[in-house]
Amino acid sequence: MSNKFIGQSIKRVEDKRFITGKGRYTDDIKLPGMLHAHFVRSPYAHARVVSIDTAEALAIPGVVAVYTGDDVAAINGVPCGWQVNFRNGETMREPKHPMLIATGDTAKHAGDPVAVVIAETKEIAIDAAEAVLVEWDELPAIASPADALKDGAPLVHSQFPDNKAFDWSFGNPVEEVDAAIEASAHVTTLEFVNQRVVPNAMEPRAYIGHYDAVADKYTLYTSTQNPHLIRLLMCAFVLGIPEHRVRVVGPDVGGGFGSKIYHYTEEALVTWASKQLELPVKWTSDRSEAFLLDAHGRDHVTKAEMGFDADGNIMGLRIKTIANMGAYLSTFAPAVPTYLHGTLLQGLYTTPKINIDMTCVFTHTVAVDAYRGAGRPEATYLLERIIELAAHEMGKDPAQLRFQNFIPPFDGVTQPGYQTQVALQYDSGNYAPVLQKGLDLLGYDDFRQAQKQAANSNKLLGVGFSTYVEACGIAPSAVVGALGARAGLYESAQVRVQPTGKVSVFTGSHSHGQGHETTFVQVVADKLGIAMEDVELVHGDSDTVAFGMGTYGSRSLAVGGSAIMKSIDKVLEKGAKIAAHKLECAEGDLEYGEGKWTVKGTDKSIGFGDVALTAYVPHVYPAGLEPGLDFSSFYDPANFTYPFGCHIAVVEVDKETGKVDLKRMIAVDDVGNIINPMIVEGQIHGGLAQGIGQALFEGTIYDENAQLTNGSYMDYVMPRADDLPMFETANQITPCPHNPLGVKGAGEAGAIGSTPAVVNAVLDALWSGGHNDVKDILMPLTSERVWRAMNN
Amino acid sequence: MQINLTVNGKARASEVEDRTLLVYYLREQLGLTGAHVACDTSSCGACTVHVDGVAVKSCTLLAAQADGCQVTTIEGLASGNDLHPLQQGFKECHGLQCGFCTPGMIMTAADLLNTNPHPSETEIRVALEGNICRCTGYHNIVKAIQWAAEHQAVPA
Ligand code: FES
Ligand code: FES
Repeated sequence: MSNKFIGQSIKRVEDKRFITGKGRYTDDIKLPGMLHAHFVRSPYAHARVVSIDTAEALAIPGVVAVYTGDDVAAINGVPCGWQVNFRNGETMREPKHPMLIATGDTAKHAGDPVAVVIAETKEIAIDAAEAVLVEWDELPAIASPADALKDGAPLVHSQFPDNKAFDWSFGNPVEEVDAAIEASAHVTTLEFVNQRVVPNAMEPRAYIGHYDAVADKYTLYTSTQNPHLIRLLMCAFVLGIPEHRVRVVGPDVGGGFGSKIYHYTEEALVTWASKQLELPVKWTSDRSEAFLLDAHGRDHVTKAEMGFDADGNIMGLRIKTIANMGAYLSTFAPAVPTYLHGTLLQGLYTTPKINIDMTCVFTHTVAVDAYRGAGRPEATYLLERIIELAAHEMGKDPAQLRFQNFIPPFDGVTQPGYQTQVALQYDSGNYAPVLQKGLDLLGYDDFRQAQKQAANSNKLLGVGFSTYVEACGIAPSAVVGALGARAGLYESAQVRVQPTGKVSVFTGSHSHGQGHETTFVQVVADKLGIAMEDVELVHGDSDTVAFGMGTYGSRSLAVGGSAIMKSIDKVLEKGAKIAAHKLECAEGDLEYGEGKWTVKGTDKSIGFGDVALTAYVPHVYPAGLEPGLDFSSFYDPANFTYPFGCHIAVVEVDKETGKVDLKRMIAVDDVGNIINPMIVEGQIHGGLAQGIGQALFEGTIYDENAQLTNGSYMDYVMPRADDLPMFETANQITPCPHNPLGVKGAGEAGAIGSTPAVVNAVLDALWSGGHNDVKDILMPLTSERVWRAMNN
Repeated sequence: MQINLTVNGKARASEVEDRTLLVYYLREQLGLTGAHVACDTSSCGACTVHVDGVAVKSCTLLAAQADGCQVTTIEGLASGNDLHPLQQGFKECHGLQCGFCTPGMIMTAADLLNTNPHPSETEIRVALEGNICRCTGYHNIVKAIQWAAEHQAVPA
């Protein structure tokens, strides 16, 4: 293995097409005869369909079909991929999520579809959708998860009289935690909301279903993070069509952040409709639909209590949370507040007793599922807010309180991993230095001086810390299977060495901004000692890539990259047999490097390309060895990976207006080994912006009828260029001990650490100005909310 | 209705519906899919192109309004095989991830550099105020534009 590319900030191979406008996203694809779908959707969050009249729409020239619930009654709803049972063992409630709401049934969130119009042009489809007459009977609705549990709350599913999807508790027995908190010298209590946010990938979802009657084959082009998973779910659970007759392609995809993991009804519907009509059918979401329909993130209401002994050592953590699932259970939704959240509540601290009590409820809102970080940002927000508040209450320095409670370093090789109280075993960690590095970058002592001076001015200064650990490289199949996953979370890869020694790598990971076409190729080229130009990465097409579980949970390199490494090992192993035969030596006498096998201690060698050619022109060839040089592998990780880091925000708060100005954002992340520092830094930047967005700008607003009132870019505040500073980033490297590349994953870190750092910074600013009683401000921290906090 | 305009240096005579927006004309009729549609409120800038040399959100303009105009899209920004300095800058500085906002970002930035060849960081951030990127956190986009400002051909 050479080290020419790994660790280098190689410029991205994929950029050329994007910077010249040649990216090929689903909506850019035009197929001959293609029809366009537009949905008729519920304008109400909760309403019964009394009648649907499609006659007028059908009469519009250019309209090809109008389908309603009756037409698709035979199609199953979209499934949920994770089962979490009630505490008492009762199976979680899994209401059917139908394709279209049929007459007599009820729409359960605004945007729930009742009919789809298919027409020759998009414009005709839109006009005709307006001509579909639906009579509605509006019913009372709820959006807030806390309201869902109140007596007499409107029911989302009438068969579930308490609106509960399931409840769950985890960690140490609650009596033990109660006792630990009881015995504490100080208990900090924090009640807060982790508000609902909208992922907002810039490319709206788009699908094209295309049934080819001659070949009897379906093709679905979809803006997805995981084409094979969509194929599996759609074939096996929704449409009941044979998987081998279905090709799913995820071409260029304009961001996902979780929202494009899930199997959505529109995907199945255009696929089904293309069979009915024997023509391709395209649907592209507009932004308003995206706000209503793409799975949202977060949405927890929490009460947390953390107990400390007289010296400030954490004694126990007790949590009660209500999590909003929305109206239906989306693909991974049950896992997010439970096994991706409850299991992270150890954080970086030695907390000896932890218990979480979780109630997951239905509301008349679109589903909540994994959004960048998925459960881990919620866990980090909880821990990092409460420890900061505890430091304030106890008059301790927030950095010192963290240092004091950190888990001591462990490398996972000479020392065992760290067994948490909440099931996970961390692989390797070294927490204090990332915080120290953050403090050094900040210039902590100078900052506190400046803060003191600012306290008398019009602008208060504040610093906020957040130290996080997350579970990435999702995930060991047996572990997640035991926890309710209905899928394995391995990855597959094929390395096909062509006769000329060029290499095609097929990965089940999917790149939608992460730069796999560069990083994966860096790894392969180095491992084989060949040029990057001689390696191509193929992804996103179920006809070319044998299988894949896709990209989410910061898993691509840790899991997908490991699968590639396994295939490369097989290539080199077989190659050595061929080389030994050609060089007339024993395999054991060979060493591989710089793209050739060399007989140790001699200058006799044979190049990778010659061996490849021999494998395909096997004239002089080891007896009994198969021709060809092409290997597939599956890699199922032994454990999650556990990146960690320290994020520090510095803010200025205007006393007069409450306006928050984010001055500095420092991020020291340890994501294990790094293949391409430029790309890792870019991932961190993007995550930081999203995390800051949640702290300062973003959040859904529902009215009393459960209508989303800020479902557009005019109303939902996305972070823009002039809202953010240049980011200050640094890395520490603690390799992952259990995967071949030693990588941990960097996709979500930025979004996990940053949110509490920013909120803590605003509180610190307020505290410095004498507003000592402020414990919490609801996110996003708008000027008004901050002003109110200062002025009671 | 019939419109006559120049798109990326090429004269075009096209039949469009009165209500056709410029962005859909470019994407659907001319197959220039570099301009993207990411919102329905003229808020995201993904559709930005130049009309008579000025950056315009092509979802806010009817194709009919571009009658008689010179339109440049991301596809027409490079001169032959030579990438525009902004295109190079975005690659050099990792100013893009998923690439969806990128054409709009580049076209907006090109307008900025035309009027202000050496903008400050603040001027760049303010100029990008109408363009949303969800991937990069803008840091590297700002750097990409600074790179381009440093590397652009000095106007004669
Ligand atoms: S699509 Fe034109 S501004 Fe968003
Ligand atoms: S690069 Fe993805 S939105 Fe900007």
